[in-house]
Amino acid sequence: MLTKNFGRKFIDAFAVTAMLAVASAAGTGAAQGQQANAVVMKNFDFAPMSITVKAGASVTWKNLDGEPHTVTSVDGLFRSGALDQNDTYTFKFDKPGTYKYLCSIHPRMMASVIVQ
Amino acid sequence: MSSDSEITPSRRGALKCLAFGGAGTLFALTGGILAPIDLALAASKKSALAGTPLFLQISDTHIGFNKDANPDVAGTLKQTIDFVNAMPTKPALTIHTGDITHLSKPDEFDTASQLLAGLDITELHTVPGEHDVTDGIGTEYFNRFGQASANKGYYSFDHNGVHFIALVNVMNFKPNGLGAFGDDQLAWLEQDLKNRSASTPIVVFAHMPMWTIYEPWGWGTGDADQATSYLRRFGSVTVLNGHIHQIVQKVEGNITFHTARSTAYPQPTAGDGPGPGPLKVPSDQLARMLGITSIKISAHPSSAVLTDTTLG
Repeated sequence: MLTKNFGRKFIDAFAVTAMLAVASAAGTGAAQGQQANAVVMKNFDFAPMSITVKAGASVTWKNLDGEPHTVTSVDGLFRSGALDQNDTYTFKFDKPGTYKYLCSIHPRMMASVIVQ
Repeated sequence: MSSDSEITPSRRGALKCLAFGGAGTLFALTGGILAPIDLALAASKKSALAGTPLFLQISDTHIGFNKDANPDVAGTLKQTIDFVNAMPTKPALTIHTGDITHLSKPDEFDTASQLLAGLDITELHTVPGEHDVTDGIGTEYFNRFGQASANKGYYSFDHNGVHFIALVNVMNFKPNGLGAFGDDQLAWLEQDLKNRSASTPIVVFAHMPMWTIYEPWGWGTGDADQATSYLRRFGSVTVLNGHIHQIVQKVEGNITFHTARSTAYPQPTAGDGPGPGPLKVPSDQLARMLGITSIKISAHPSSAVLTDTTLG
């Protein structure tokens, strides 16, 4: 016979909470005019794996896979959230440097943005 | 369809093999060892297994997924829940080993919560999958499930003489692409186990496999060896994971490693195709590749029975 011996009722966590913000970064279609600085996610890789842009430029990522991916910077500077198929994410790079990022769902997917 | 595997010390040596399956797993702790039970069997009243399943494992529900591999993941989760509710003897608690949602969205968590509230088993314990935390630390997943762990994600509790440990290996990725626990969590784990009797049955659950099944797809946890080194002295350890949407099992000493099926969609076997994405199978085959696990653990003699059950 099992005895109930638990201190937490996690079911409480299932109470539907009113969500305050639905601020998903996915699909922020800003900087539509800058498709030159485009990176795609396809077959579990970023392409190109390294892109060079000028300071102040924006880079736009688009996920072509049926599986979601993210654009997550290694140092925490930018984070797209989950991008489903055909979702896009844009980030503007103000300062020169090399910015490494990965897909937090498939972390073997690594790439970088070089800002000059 | 269901399949039982009773793991006794005498059989452990013979179990260094892979087993592939489908839907969900029910775990029973009999004599100190966990066993997964095929759910269909458990529901059919034909089960010859002694004792009541201790707990149920559900994994990779991926609420929000809507592609060809399964356009109705809410429906297959509902089917899974109906299956469990039809069991003649129900376990006291459910463990969800992550990827509750597909895209970490609030409405996906809401739908998952509403569906899981339909389980006749009221106690639910969770760990996040990488799909649940794409929005980072302290957001949707933690708003709902973080209180168990003061927003750390990892925690432990005791139930019926079994010590359960929930670990997070999806938020601390290393350049090798494998999951990781990180130093803080490993230190906590060492402390959590330090003064426990080696005869205490241990159940560890985390989303990503805690042994390297296939490194090129990140199917493993880079610092898992450190964690297992703390577990080796215990007489009965059951490690339950999800992530790969198929059953793979390994026995190493007194530690049994087992991954559960998804309730949403299958994935290819290791290395088959460009990556670990959804696997489209003919619709009449899908139910056989989805399921859950149930676990029995008994103390005398020490044994665990894990039963994996598919939806079709």
